[in-house]
Amino acid sequence: MSTQTPAKPRQGYRTWGPPLLLITPTIIVLGVFVYGLIGANLNTSFQDRHTRGPAEGYVGFENYTALFSDDTFIYSLRNLVLYTGTFLVGTLVLGFLWAWLLERGARGESLFRAVYLFPMAVSFIASGVVWRWLLNNAEGDRASGLNRLFESLGLGFLQNPWWTDQRFGIMAIALPAVWQLTGYVMALFLAGFRGIPEELREAGRIDGASEWQLYRHVLFPQLSPVALSATIIIGHMSLKVFDLIMAIAGQTNYTTQVPATQMWVEFTRGDYAKSAAIGTVLLLIVAVLIVPYLVATYRQERRR
Amino acid sequence: MSTAVTTEALPEAKGTAPVRPASGNAVAMRTLKYALLLVFLCIVLMPAYVLFVTSFKGIGDATPTRAWRLPTEWETAGWQRAWETLAPALVRTFSMVIPAAIISALIGSMNGFVLSRWRFPGADIVFTLILFGMFIPYQAVMIPLVQLVQSLGVPSGVPSLILLHVVYGLPITTLIFRNYYAGVPHELIEAARVDGAGLLRTYASIILPISMPAFVVVLMWQFTSAWNDYLFALFFSNSRNGPVTISLNFLASGQLQDYSASMAGALIASVPTLLVYILLGRYFVGGLMAGSVKG
Repeated sequence: MSTQTPAKPRQGYRTWGPPLLLITPTIIVLGVFVYGLIGANLNTSFQDRHTRGPAEGYVGFENYTALFSDDTFIYSLRNLVLYTGTFLVGTLVLGFLWAWLLERGARGESLFRAVYLFPMAVSFIASGVVWRWLLNNAEGDRASGLNRLFESLGLGFLQNPWWTDQRFGIMAIALPAVWQLTGYVMALFLAGFRGIPEELREAGRIDGASEWQLYRHVLFPQLSPVALSATIIIGHMSLKVFDLIMAIAGQTNYTTQVPATQMWVEFTRGDYAKSAAIGTVLLLIVAVLIVPYLVATYRQERRR
Repeated sequence: MSTAVTTEALPEAKGTAPVRPASGNAVAMRTLKYALLLVFLCIVLMPAYVLFVTSFKGIGDATPTRAWRLPTEWETAGWQRAWETLAPALVRTFSMVIPAAIISALIGSMNGFVLSRWRFPGADIVFTLILFGMFIPYQAVMIPLVQLVQSLGVPSGVPSLILLHVVYGLPITTLIFRNYYAGVPHELIEAARVDGAGLLRTYASIILPISMPAFVVVLMWQFTSAWNDYLFALFFSNSRNGPVTISLNFLASGQLQDYSASMAGALIASVPTLLVYILLGRYFVGGLMAGSVKG
């Protein structure tokens, strides 16, 4: 992007003074609401504030060591990893496949695109209503939802307890998430496909590449930035999963505990210090994913 | 929902596949393509079918064996129950979402203009720090945030939620506008400056009139994310003064599983955002991370 105004040294603050003034309110507000509050939350997490009353003193990292020796929290973290893995693989694989199918155009493309995308407009709470019904854990004669569908299609062996399973139940919660966001990932990949210059395909064809070789060696590699962006977008959404679990399983269900639900539960109990510590851990997990992206953006900005 | 939007409409396919004599292989591939597209279409629509059908079911259809069938009798009692529960919340949600979207779009537009055109010392670090606000899990600020909003004296419910959606909407609105304005021809702004127009004059007379496409995207984005929000609503409102997500979850997670009312409610609560998508969806997707991938 070569659009920036070269700052003329003599104009000094008269060049950047007014724009800085215009953006100052935002800087202050975000400074307080993002960075100030992250600091305040960190502060709370170092206190012994386990009731609604004020803190009595600082306890250092005690809340964090307590958290990491708490089996439920470890289970929450493990659930978060499983959920994120399922969500990422599901949306990326299906989203890529859908985009590939539509890439060269198809009859009724706009219909397919609209239908694939519409779940994204729906809130997790609303989709949770129907998915709780679909993921009903009753089997056999009492089965409803997907288990009933499997049974009547002769696929009874696929019946399973869904999110109530202690080991992999959390992966069932990723199904609605995949349903909602795959269309979005498809749109990203589709835009990626269509951003590839036509000359690249032509060149490949002239070199005698088969259709498959063309995809495999010429087109797919062009899409790796899209895959990276999709991973960052879906990944950071996934780490914050909360609404879907609240809507499908509820806050107290053990098999679907993740840090965000546990944070809410501790908050309602009035254990602010523990709740704040969970919030900080979640922030650190998200930061691992986001900070490299932000650093890359910053470098790009510097080059402008 | 998340963060990547641009003002570009999704590009159409560039020409169709080269015309070749239709070999058997090509026909098979095409058949497979459409078969797969249709299978996925059915899978994606399945939950919508369940929602629709169940919302019209009465007590006579309660047995599991009829779970996937059409209603024996199409009853609207569920819709009535859902409407009675949700109507007040719908009004509150509109009164929360509309101001929140407009205010954050206006501020974001000014910020985006400044950050796209004017370099002040540290502009890039400021931009990066603003961007980070877009990704943070709100759990990491929630406890002090509850105290802060209380001590500012902002009433629980709609006023608190407007404030929060504006504040935490600023990073994404700023980003979208900034990327949009980065594509505005430089000469346009230079000409205004030569004519002696200051920053605000340039913004009001040159930039604002050409900002419609970006406003459509930003307003849509903010409308949808505030409408669908549950986390802030849970911490800052209750079922008497909160938005429709709270009332819907309240309706759906009651002791008696009133499936027809909850499903009707889920449909009612989704109508506004679905309409927005159907009417304006093509402006919405395309590009990535607000265009950062394309550079």
